[in-house]
Amino acid sequence: MKLHYLEFEKPLQQLASKVEELESAHRDNPKLNISKEVKQLQNKTDDLLHQIYDELTPWQISQVSRHPQRPYTSDYIEHIFTNFQELHGDRAFADDPAIIGGLAEFEGQPVMVLGQQKGRDTKERQYRNFGMPRPEGYRKALRLFHLAEKFNLPLITLIDTPGAYPGIGAEERGQSEAIARNLYAMSELKTPSIGVVIGEGGSGGALALGVVDHLMMLQYSTYSVISPEGCASILYKDAKKADIAAESLGITADHLKKVGLADEVIPEPLGGAHRNIDTIMESVRQSLIKQLSRLKKQPIDILLSTRYQRLMSYGEFQS
Amino acid sequence: MSWLKNVIPPKIKRIVGSEKKRVPDGVWHKCSSCQTTLYNSDLEKNLYVCPKCDHHHRLPARERLKLLFDSIGQREIFTDILPKDPLRFVDSKPYDEKLKEAQDKHKTADALIVINGKIESLNITAAAFEFSFMGGSMGSVVGEKFVRAIDYAIENKTPFLCFSASGGARMQEGLFSLMQMAKTSAALTKLSKEKIPFISILTDPTMGGVSASFAMLGDIIIAEPNALIGFAGPRVIEQTVREKLPTGFQRAEFLLEHGAIDFIVDRREMRKSLVNIISKLHK
Repeated sequence: MKLHYLEFEKPLQQLASKVEELESAHRDNPKLNISKEVKQLQNKTDDLLHQIYDELTPWQISQVSRHPQRPYTSDYIEHIFTNFQELHGDRAFADDPAIIGGLAEFEGQPVMVLGQQKGRDTKERQYRNFGMPRPEGYRKALRLFHLAEKFNLPLITLIDTPGAYPGIGAEERGQSEAIARNLYAMSELKTPSIGVVIGEGGSGGALALGVVDHLMMLQYSTYSVISPEGCASILYKDAKKADIAAESLGITADHLKKVGLADEVIPEPLGGAHRNIDTIMESVRQSLIKQLSRLKKQPIDILLSTRYQRLMSYGEFQS
Repeated sequence: MSWLKNVIPPKIKRIVGSEKKRVPDGVWHKCSSCQTTLYNSDLEKNLYVCPKCDHHHRLPARERLKLLFDSIGQREIFTDILPKDPLRFVDSKPYDEKLKEAQDKHKTADALIVINGKIESLNITAAAFEFSFMGGSMGSVVGEKFVRAIDYAIENKTPFLCFSASGGARMQEGLFSLMQMAKTSAALTKLSKEKIPFISILTDPTMGGVSASFAMLGDIIIAEPNALIGFAGPRVIEQTVREKLPTGFQRAEFLLEHGAIDFIVDRREMRKSLVNIISKLHK
């Protein structure tokens, strides 16, 4: 697949097209020796990639987190889990394709895994509603939480959504209640839970899968109370000031780890998770192995009281 | 296009900014619904419900709780929890300046007031949102006071009420605000284990992160007539679905019809109604 370049990666794209030109010339004339030049260009590309990614702004990170080639929930399920059996429906209204989940094995142990699912192409994006769940999606998730609890399965959630869907039907069917119910249920769920923000952690729509014992964030994922664009249009009256909003809101993994709202940052391959799928999958797998074994050792009452204390500790105020 | 734009919907923001919907300080008040000019004293006697058209005007938090509780024995609690500016957030002005202005204007540290008192001899702990304080938005102080109110209710074995009026999470505190949704919802599990009733009263407006957390988790959920209640704000929904919204969309009556709330009660009947419920749930 051809690599998609983000706006701030354009200089990389130029280098890549030069390499392509050389290769095409080489195909036309196999006697032409291009290896030296290609090597030079590749070194230059590596340097530039380092340069750009060493100094990413929060707004640029936000764009990487939404990269159209970024691995999605289904990719993680496919690479890290085995024998996945998807479970559908909320048993009340519908199945919401914006959330997928089901039974799977992780390192040979049965687990429950679920997450918001975005689409790759136009058709699938529409089908997945751009990863924006409706109430029935959250209620399906709730059903799977309770199944996990009942059958003693660790719960792993993968978080990647612009937010819960703002639609007429979603409101009619109680979007607020569906999210609220999940926060409540997850906070007292009697099984170990791990959340991984793999892309966009879009506000309440993300949090509804995010009340867990251990929250990891990929290096270039974001987690925010409101999208940078939304914040900019409300507070700065100009959606184009999203870069300032992204900076102000403190949405990056590094920042959230620093202030204690994320527990772990999983480093991504240079240039983002999409540039090396195998590497990111292995990193996530290793972190999951470590955390699962840690959490599974804890007696359930300790697990629950630790989770509760953690939740109660959230907030910055003077007293 | 993101629903997130709507944590405080533009419409609500407009209303926050305008003075006319707030409870007026002058002698006269023109009802924003039927335009009738009313004596303030008459309006106050009627709990700020228009005697002509029954429109429920917004009510400052303290005023609301003062009117709810018996006049003797009311005590405001947890007044010493003060907001911080963890992100040093600046929009039209720095967040700490905005806080200071709101604190001076509304004589409260943040957007949630908690009072313990009696309603017809029943000991009750009640919280109420000050909507005029930055749109009643929920940041760290609101979350912390909500949790402490619950702990207080458990310790003193009192039922817990919350009158919501909020645009949602407070953007200026970033993800700390979002986490208050989880914190407040989790605290309700504790209240529930003690079998202490939580009655959630939704007033105009109850939106975003407040609606999508504790406000929708009441053992009993009551709304005031015509209150705007929802997750995403009407304008964001309209822009997303590119359809005209049905009449009465996201109003209390709409929620009742869709099974989202238990009942709607006129503010003038609220006290009676609460006593009736609490006396059955709380022994």
